[in-house]
Amino acid sequence: MTVEDLIGKGIFRVVAEGDDLSREITGIFCCDLLSVAMGRAPSNSAWVTVMGNVNTIAVATLADVSCVILAENAQPDEMCLARSRQQGVTLLATEEPVFEAALKVHQLLCG
Amino acid sequence: MTELYYDLHIHSCLSPCGDDDMTPANIAGMAAVKGLDVIAVTDHNSCKNCPAVLAAAQEYGILAIPGMEINTSEEVHAVCLFEELKAAMDFDAYVYERLMAFPNKEEIFGRQLIYNKEDEICGTVPNLLINATDISFEGLWELVRGFGGVMFPAHVDKTANSLIANLGFIPPDSKFVTAEVKDLGKLHKVRKENPYLEGCRIISNSDAHYLEDIHEPQLRLQVRERSVRGVLEVLGM
Repeated sequence: MTVEDLIGKGIFRVVAEGDDLSREITGIFCCDLLSVAMGRAPSNSAWVTVMGNVNTIAVATLADVSCVILAENAQPDEMCLARSRQQGVTLLATEEPVFEAALKVHQLLCG
Repeated sequence: MTELYYDLHIHSCLSPCGDDDMTPANIAGMAAVKGLDVIAVTDHNSCKNCPAVLAAAQEYGILAIPGMEINTSEEVHAVCLFEELKAAMDFDAYVYERLMAFPNKEEIFGRQLIYNKEDEICGTVPNLLINATDISFEGLWELVRGFGGVMFPAHVDKTANSLIANLGFIPPDSKFVTAEVKDLGKLHKVRKENPYLEGCRIISNSDAHYLEDIHEPQLRLQVRERSVRGVLEVLGM
């Protein structure tokens, strides 16, 4: 499933579209501590977090995840939004809790 | 008694997310132009620009307090301010040893520039400064007091990297007596939900990463004397 496919399902609100919507999503990663996500988030994963911080985008770029999904209606701050546009990272959002959001992606990946 | 216009949480170009124009001299100059009396440059997990900031502030005739914004193991941000520059630099060394050893990637996170007192770049910090340290929020008050400083939790009203957001509540055995609120409009709600704050002095700083975001002279601290000690006394020293 590509990022574009995921967006097409209409499950998540699109906060910012990244540079490469054709990239594959091959897994899911859930974590809020950036220092943990930095070393552990697998590349090409959909990263589900409640951290709408500028550094979330930097870590997403570093870990080379396919997209970031902000759960629990977490609001990205202005610098986070600016950085996601600047670095071309796809940022999605949902009111669902982290587990439910991740489960929906999982069902799409395995369905 | 005297009153000082303050901004005690400003990032320099040493913080990877701080703008390259945030040089120690530019910050001190901008603060002086705006009419602030006292500033603190508090980079993420580092005091390495404090010597240059203090020198520049002296040139511009304003007070500067050596400080750092530490990132605890819980990824709680707290501002630590010190009376003496030497103690701040000792604390800097203590923290750097306990910072995750993850090399900075400048193209992603930004540069981590150290300036000398002549306003020239004299080095960079190799490990990424925004990472967590293995220093817990619990015990941080005592730790900073041991270096002759005071600590207050940063932007407690924010949803990221704040004491309340990251721990869920204020530990009742906390010792801090000052708390920083980013948006004073949220103070009433945050206080109601966290009665511990009723007993705290509430301050608000810019957390500026860009020169133009440094606070205008609007908020004041009433201090016994116009000195670093005078300011730290009212923050809990």
